[in-house]
Amino acid sequence: MSVVVMERVVFREDRCKGCEVCIAVCPQKIIALDSRINKLGYRSAAVKDQEACTSCGLCARVCPDAVISVYRPARPAKPAPAGEGRKAS
Amino acid sequence: MTRSASSAPAGGVPVLMKGNEALGEAAIRAGCRAFFGYPITPQSELPAYMARRMPEEDGVFLQAESELAAINMVYGAAGAGVRVMTSSSSPGISLKQEGISYIAGAELPAVIVNIMRGGPGLGSIMPGQSDYFQATKGGGHGDYRLVVYGPATVQELVDLTIRAFNVADRYRSPVMILGDGILGQMMEPVVFPTEKPAEVAKPWATTGRQGTRGRNVVNSLYLAAEELEAHNLRLQAKFAEMHSNEVIYESIIPDGAEVVCVAYGTTARVVKSAIAMARQEGIKVGLIRPISLWPFPDEAFVNLPDTVRSVLTVEMSAGQMVEDVRLALNGRLPVHFYGRMGGMWPIPRDVLAEIKKAAGREAGVAR
Amino acid sequence: MSSIVERIPVYEPPKSLSDVSSHYCPGCTHGATHRIVAEVMDELGLTDKAVGIASVGCSVLAYNYFECDMQQAAHGRAPAVATGVKRVRPELVVWTYQGDGDLASIGTNEVIHAALRGEKITVIFINNAIYGMTGGQAAPTTLIGQKTATTPFGRDKSWSGSPIHLSEMLALQEGAAFIARTSTHNPAHLGRTRAAIKRAFQTQLEGKGFSLVEILSTCPTNWGMTPVEALKWVEEQMVPVYPLGIFKDWQADGARSPAAAGAAAKSAKPAEGGK
Repeated sequence: MSVVVMERVVFREDRCKGCEVCIAVCPQKIIALDSRINKLGYRSAAVKDQEACTSCGLCARVCPDAVISVYRPARPAKPAPAGEGRKAS
Repeated sequence: MTRSASSAPAGGVPVLMKGNEALGEAAIRAGCRAFFGYPITPQSELPAYMARRMPEEDGVFLQAESELAAINMVYGAAGAGVRVMTSSSSPGISLKQEGISYIAGAELPAVIVNIMRGGPGLGSIMPGQSDYFQATKGGGHGDYRLVVYGPATVQELVDLTIRAFNVADRYRSPVMILGDGILGQMMEPVVFPTEKPAEVAKPWATTGRQGTRGRNVVNSLYLAAEELEAHNLRLQAKFAEMHSNEVIYESIIPDGAEVVCVAYGTTARVVKSAIAMARQEGIKVGLIRPISLWPFPDEAFVNLPDTVRSVLTVEMSAGQMVEDVRLALNGRLPVHFYGRMGGMWPIPRDVLAEIKKAAGREAGVAR
Repeated sequence: MSSIVERIPVYEPPKSLSDVSSHYCPGCTHGATHRIVAEVMDELGLTDKAVGIASVGCSVLAYNYFECDMQQAAHGRAPAVATGVKRVRPELVVWTYQGDGDLASIGTNEVIHAALRGEKITVIFINNAIYGMTGGQAAPTTLIGQKTATTPFGRDKSWSGSPIHLSEMLALQEGAAFIARTSTHNPAHLGRTRAAIKRAFQTQLEGKGFSLVEILSTCPTNWGMTPVEALKWVEEQMVPVYPLGIFKDWQADGARSPAAAGAAAKSAKPAEGGK
């Protein structure tokens, strides 16, 4: 059974102004400016390595342009070991 | 504020009242629900009256920190869809000009009262009519017009104040009552209506979306030139409509009139006395009394009798309305001017002398 | 066999923020603060009963960015406009959004009187020590030594005085129920800004009086820095001059914090960097 890698962090690249604040706050250092120029004339921030994202949400919370949405995987449908649980922030 | 027993004067019967207070009562009768003002002589009785009466009607009275703050409170309340008024006298009206321009640009209804005093600058607390230009030619920046009323009696003050709220709502535009210190301070019998006028719906007002509609925005900023031009063309169409519909004046021109006097407000009452005195001496004199100063009653100045040889404009100023008289006559007749300033007001004997000069009867008494 | 992984939102942009691209410069903290105000509006369910008053400055177009009713006010007059709205429609949640030129220069009289009257409005005050929209002139909040278009040699205390401390001044008024100063320079401080804005709106909802949050913010364009450098400048240069904290809190019996007392001494420190 293989699992589709979900997009944990989603960028609306047509709204990004390339300010790089998200790049500075990402603890995993996985955000970088794309090489292409978007409709607004900026290089949008993007994440290539989705698996390295921990869904901390810091990038979304500093973004001035509401570019970023962050998700985490739902708990898979199998009995969970006791004591686990992580609340969505 | 808790609601107390009403001290409202009875409607339908004459009541003796001071102009400033009658104006306030008229506003309340017109459905005015908020008043924001500031003390300045000679209109301070109006905010004081509203301070007492508004709580009785579950309305809002607030003394603002300045005339500037008051006009902006008016903007907010008008934008929230409520009938609202402010008042001041000349220097305070100068402070309000930016706010008035914003109210006109944002297409908000509001009533602004100017009880004129002597100017320029701090001037005096005595009456004057030297804010005519400010009221009718702009005052604030940009292409807009105020409907401006010049009442001559306390009853007219009452009737025009009520009318002002209706006109303001109808066009979504500010309306000014241009009184003077005499009118504000004098006491005359007035009759108030017994019923409040029906109010128009204001679906554009910022009353909160309430889950029933999208957001409303009250705004006068249009950064794109094409948009601002389109907005201004719409405003101009509105002012053209006002120009067609809102002219009010009184015209009493006897057959064989040699001179026509033009005056507004309390000055017109002095002129009426002088006209009666002239009649005694065999000089027939007419009177055109603009009641709407904007739109100016140009139509009153056409088709005057052939016997009229000149026009005499009398104002408590250096001559402001006289320019509109000249424009309306368009060179058809010579226009004389007589004015007093600084709080001095014309007296009938002196106006009579000017009438005689205008009629070419004898040399007038120079002052 | 593969399975689709369901996802749960950790963060999505708030519904009260309009779905449009803004005119703000890249990295400008107006954007983050707008988003935070909208988050609070969503959380407290305010959008259908709120009226926001936009002011004059970079945020003049704020009426395009929030989904509640909006009025655009003349420069400095937003607290008076808000007073007009709130007094005639007290059931609405009325708030203003003002920069430091608007609130601390031309509009200081209006905000002081709104506070002393205890107007039940909420003021969001963006302090970035400069006039942004008009091209980087000095503001009353400009730091001593800071170079701007109208203080090209650096603000001189003996000529133009020292930075104004609005939060401390307003906290002195009895009508002020909640006054706080927060910052935007990192996610933790953005979180505190959010908490303060929420407290401020709750102050209004509880009918306790005037509430204001002063938010230390950036102007990368007119400071001549990158957005990331500008956030650092807030942390290193502005925070020492403008102490963070709650200056008035009706929930703490209206107590004023010790930070208020020490503010005046801190304002004398000259700024480093800046244009």
